[in-house]
Amino acid sequence: MSSTDVTHHAPEEHGHDHDHGEHGPAKGLMRWVTTTNHKDIGTLYLWFSLIMFFIGGAMALIIRAELFQPGIQIVDPMFFNSMTTMHAIVMIFGVVMPAFVGLANWMIPMMIGAPDMALPRLNNWSFWIMPFAFTIMLSTLFMDSGGPAGGWTLYPPLVLQMGDSFAFVIFAIHFLGISSVMGSINIVATIFNMRPPGMTFMKMPMFVWTWLITAYLLIATIPVFAGAVTMLLTDRFFGTSFFSAAGGGDPVMFQHIFWFFGHPEVYILILPAFGIVSSIIPTFARKPLFGYDSMVYATASIAFLSFIVWAHHMFTTGMPLAGELFFMFSTMMISVPTGVKVFNWVATMWRGSMSFETPMLFAIGFVIMFTIGGLSGLMLAITPADIQYHDTYFVVAHFHYVLVPGAIYSLMAATYYWLPKWTGNMYDEKLGKLHFWISTVFVNVLFFPMHFVGLAGMPRRIPDYSLQFADWNMIATIGAFGFGFSQLMFVYIIVKCIRGGEKATAEVWEGARGLEWTVDSPAPYHTFETAPTIQPATITR
Amino acid sequence: MSQGVEAARKPPSHGRVAGKMLLLACAMFGFGYLMVPLYNIICEVTGLNGKTGRVSASAIVAAPVAEDREIIVEFTASVNQSGSWEFRPNAKTMIVKPGILYHASYHAKNLSSSAVVAQATPSVTPFSAARYFNKTECFCFTRQSFEPGGSMDMPLSFVIDEDIPINVDRVTLSYTFFRSPDQS
Repeated sequence: MSSTDVTHHAPEEHGHDHDHGEHGPAKGLMRWVTTTNHKDIGTLYLWFSLIMFFIGGAMALIIRAELFQPGIQIVDPMFFNSMTTMHAIVMIFGVVMPAFVGLANWMIPMMIGAPDMALPRLNNWSFWIMPFAFTIMLSTLFMDSGGPAGGWTLYPPLVLQMGDSFAFVIFAIHFLGISSVMGSINIVATIFNMRPPGMTFMKMPMFVWTWLITAYLLIATIPVFAGAVTMLLTDRFFGTSFFSAAGGGDPVMFQHIFWFFGHPEVYILILPAFGIVSSIIPTFARKPLFGYDSMVYATASIAFLSFIVWAHHMFTTGMPLAGELFFMFSTMMISVPTGVKVFNWVATMWRGSMSFETPMLFAIGFVIMFTIGGLSGLMLAITPADIQYHDTYFVVAHFHYVLVPGAIYSLMAATYYWLPKWTGNMYDEKLGKLHFWISTVFVNVLFFPMHFVGLAGMPRRIPDYSLQFADWNMIATIGAFGFGFSQLMFVYIIVKCIRGGEKATAEVWEGARGLEWTVDSPAPYHTFETAPTIQPATITR
Repeated sequence: MSQGVEAARKPPSHGRVAGKMLLLACAMFGFGYLMVPLYNIICEVTGLNGKTGRVSASAIVAAPVAEDREIIVEFTASVNQSGSWEFRPNAKTMIVKPGILYHASYHAKNLSSSAVVAQATPSVTPFSAARYFNKTECFCFTRQSFEPGGSMDMPLSFVIDEDIPINVDRVTLSYTFFRSPDQS
């Protein structure tokens, strides 16, 4: 029992000396504050990111409402700028990243047959830092000088002209970084140390693989970001001149450091999504994942390439030709492993006995719409074309296609897929499908027109625009409100499923494979206290 | 049940893995700072970003002169904060031969009523010419102090390396004048 003893709660902590396998959660609110249980912490992360999703979404709707027609109607431009900035920070650091960490907490131990995460107390800290960090971050909106309004990329010198919120934002970013790094260390330790005998690396579920690589990306890049914002902080308050030309520094250098973090960060936001889709498609195609090995290598290649492409965000800063060529070709090279993944998903579905439950609908929606976002990314990678597209709505259309019908769809797919395992009840399939179709219609009404206004030259991050962009902006805003409000359905379906519904079996889905489907639904508070025996039927490949 | 088998396994050390990962995180924090000198070195070596070279005066005597080439050097000046400065080159252009040392100067006047320390930063375009544009002496090497209303001519000496790409016939040297950041 040595491997499980390490992770057990100390007896005095919960007041249970015996019956480790039997005891349930503590009672009351303190259960959630002091919990070290991976399922509790996963749940906390997921609820947190769902709440932040609606906060970030409300900001997006303020942006879209202002852009409904030309002119300044609803908010003043400074507040508009802080909405675009905060929307990005909330959605990236408050929604997508915590949601993936939540899924990792819930699913990785159950997928590899471990009793809990390797470092449960650290896990508790990783989560509980986040609400405080975001309270600090969001509180800046109520300051006299307003919230951060220089864009989430925090480019100097503009960002150094920010009001009182500056120090608070940097402080919050530091805490979010600490939380992410601690969470990642925990995930790496869990995957390295807590696999039972027989669960070799090349038998791990794809979700575990993608998270292992994501955790490495986080550990390697978040500290660089922390360094960059620390330099901003010392430039502003302590007289250094990292980015101030007056003292011999260079503002363009910030962009290099930032995007050295920023580009791997965009893969941090999508690699776990690849893992989720690679879990769901085989289940509903009732076939094992096509090309498992190539999926692993493709994920690792994407992670490696993500470190040598950063300057494609900076084609207009006056790079030499050799640099432009290098970053253009290395960026285009990423489409090779990404293409391998897309083809593997399609090949998994090929001649499968497919059924189209809600998770599968979201997963297929992911594959199609993520590919649209990937293709516009390839267009942006072409240096001479990028000089035209740079900082236009075409860029906004591109990254929203990979993040909303990409990362967010994968999160919804994951929620529907594992919700019966978490709650023990089936969700309302009819409502789930309706949620998918309404979301998919509106998400395209919302983001597709942005390609057109972008190619026509509409700049991003502006509260007002020329008349010729009016029609498509009006359509995008209608899509935004449709998409935003249809997400209330998502909450309703989740709450309804928690409160009751048709009882789920242990396997839940007919074609589901993997260790998480061998435990009861709902999953007991403690699972795999003794290591499971790995059989061909219980591994996903 | 399987306890016997389990007990035989060596307990894996989570602390070791976590320690290694923490070390990696700290190293990457350091790497973020290491990018600052790296960036400056790369810019200086390649001449990217318009960073100019610096040579000693004695090296120039021995340098070969490209008698058959003439390059127009343009001087421009800009001030980072508006209002309180007058800053301009004394000659707007010079025609130079690579390999010969030339002298030029800029004029600056402090229009404000307080003493100010200022710093000029240079940039050369096209970037491909920057690494061949060498200065032996420049007011941009040091900070300049100005009395209230004080003015001065600030010298600079430069030589263009004869290896400058053959397609470059015009080089722009631009200075931006900054108020030094460490004064209130």
